[in-house]
Amino acid sequence: MFPRPIENTAPATQALYKLALPVALILWLLPLLGVAMTSLKPSSDLAQGNYFGLPSYLAFSNYADVFNNSPIGQYILNSFKVTIPTVIGAVAISCLSGFALAVYRFRMNLVLFFLFVAGNFVPFQILMVPVRDLTVSTGLYNTISGLALFHIAFQSGFCTLFMRNFIKGLPFELIESARVEGVSEFRIFWYIVLPLMRPAIAALSVLVFTFIWNDYFWATVLTTSAETQPVTAGLYSLNGQWIAQWQLVSAGSIIAAMPPVLMFFLMQKHFIAGLTLGATKG
Amino acid sequence: MTGSATTPAIAGTHSHGSGVWKRNQRALAPWLFLAPGIFMFALYVIYPIIASMWLSFYDWDGLGAKTWLGLDNYAELLDDDAFYTSLYNNIIWLVLYMLAVPAGLFIALFLNQTVTGIRIYKSLFFFPFVISQVVVGLIFAWFYAPNFGLFYKLIEWITGTGIAVLADDRYVTYGIIAAGLWPQIAYCMILYLTGLNNVAPDQIEAARLDGAKGYKMLWHVILPQLRPATFIAIVVTVIGALRSFDLVSIMTDGGPYGSSRVLSFYMYEQALSEYGFRMGYGAAIAVVLFAIMMIFISFFIWKMVRDERGM
Repeated sequence: MFPRPIENTAPATQALYKLALPVALILWLLPLLGVAMTSLKPSSDLAQGNYFGLPSYLAFSNYADVFNNSPIGQYILNSFKVTIPTVIGAVAISCLSGFALAVYRFRMNLVLFFLFVAGNFVPFQILMVPVRDLTVSTGLYNTISGLALFHIAFQSGFCTLFMRNFIKGLPFELIESARVEGVSEFRIFWYIVLPLMRPAIAALSVLVFTFIWNDYFWATVLTTSAETQPVTAGLYSLNGQWIAQWQLVSAGSIIAAMPPVLMFFLMQKHFIAGLTLGATKG
Repeated sequence: MTGSATTPAIAGTHSHGSGVWKRNQRALAPWLFLAPGIFMFALYVIYPIIASMWLSFYDWDGLGAKTWLGLDNYAELLDDDAFYTSLYNNIIWLVLYMLAVPAGLFIALFLNQTVTGIRIYKSLFFFPFVISQVVVGLIFAWFYAPNFGLFYKLIEWITGTGIAVLADDRYVTYGIIAAGLWPQIAYCMILYLTGLNNVAPDQIEAARLDGAKGYKMLWHVILPQLRPATFIAIVVTVIGALRSFDLVSIMTDGGPYGSSRVLSFYMYEQALSEYGFRMGYGAAIAVVLFAIMMIFISFFIWKMVRDERGM
């Protein structure tokens, strides 16, 4: 291991390390801790200039205020309505295309693969005007489906890259021997490969959930009203209304951040496995 | 099949349809599997790229008729101060964002120990990456807020006068980049932590016996083994820097006086905001950003193709 394992060092160094860990963590998360604390302060605290001290009492009412006096509940619901179909759609499409690119040898294989990879890196702005036009002309502008359809299509690039590399790592003999037995290609996909893809599907679902939940750009381009906007875009407009009411802005931010944060802590193993795919291969 | 008397030849013609399928199954199957993916990707990614390039030669308000301009949009860009500001800010973003890679490595090395509770520390350090950039932007806007923000107070305490970072055209871009670095460092950190997990212990032991330690060990033994992690960290950081939009929009809306604009934001402003619906001009800005990004994308793809061939 590198650096030298801490348990092999002098006791003083060990004690110092164990002290440095929480200090570094607090410094690292300082902005977040500040916001979490602000979200629990009564507005009177802020009015009196108590910005850094502890709240004079825990004002959970800020959270109630945010829910009662703003459409944030609707925004959150919209976010789920966009995110969940996108996860299902993008993962399903990429299971198919990842399988095709990993298992079959054909002339266009690498070209298609790298087209998916490259498409995944392009700046959103080069897509913006035509995608908006397309969405307007199909009558899907300012609808949840319009936003979800675009996300499915765009995410299928990254997801295909992911699935293809995962399937490449599976033992190919399984497929070979099934072919010798005369099993059809679709049955091979459905009964042999798909069950083995479960960890990849889990990892990808968690990742795509986070990406889409946190998307802001497409939410502002393709949706405009509180009935359809996801929480990221909603938070932007609420921020405009809540000028200087930092206890509300903070509470709203924490609410908006919660679902992906919970997802991360519940599915941590899958999340990191997905994110670091390729970080270890040579 | 009607009976056992059917000759093989007749059986062959009888099941003609499935015979073609059977014989060509392996050639046709990949295209069937790929069809939904290719269709969606072509419609929403490939076609829009071409359409944007084409649109950049027109004047269009998004509703009426398009007027052919030739290269006029690009000529106008060359005289547009806001374009140069955005381009310059993009370069600052790109350069400073790269700090996320060594900073992530540094934190990963710091956390790469086995003491009780280290797993929780690792996840909490990773925390900023999971949060939406909108929320990160709001958090940092609060952090920088004039008169009461933590950062403002800190500067005031050190120098005597606070700085309203987001209202000062000298510091605003750096302030936003710092906010962007926070989740990006977390991302690079997790890539390196995973990489460090897979470093071969026997090589470290051997190097240690040869007297390598500290910086020398890191440079000559550890970093070469972390190369895949470094590659991905650089890719995601470059893409992240050039994609920066959310933070600019949330924290300053490009201000003060447009000084924190980047190309992605300026494009949006020109094409879709209250400043006017200049879709053609916006498309031209997007094409420039796309061209810059293609330099990096081509390099990344070239390297990936090389690795793929080597496999």
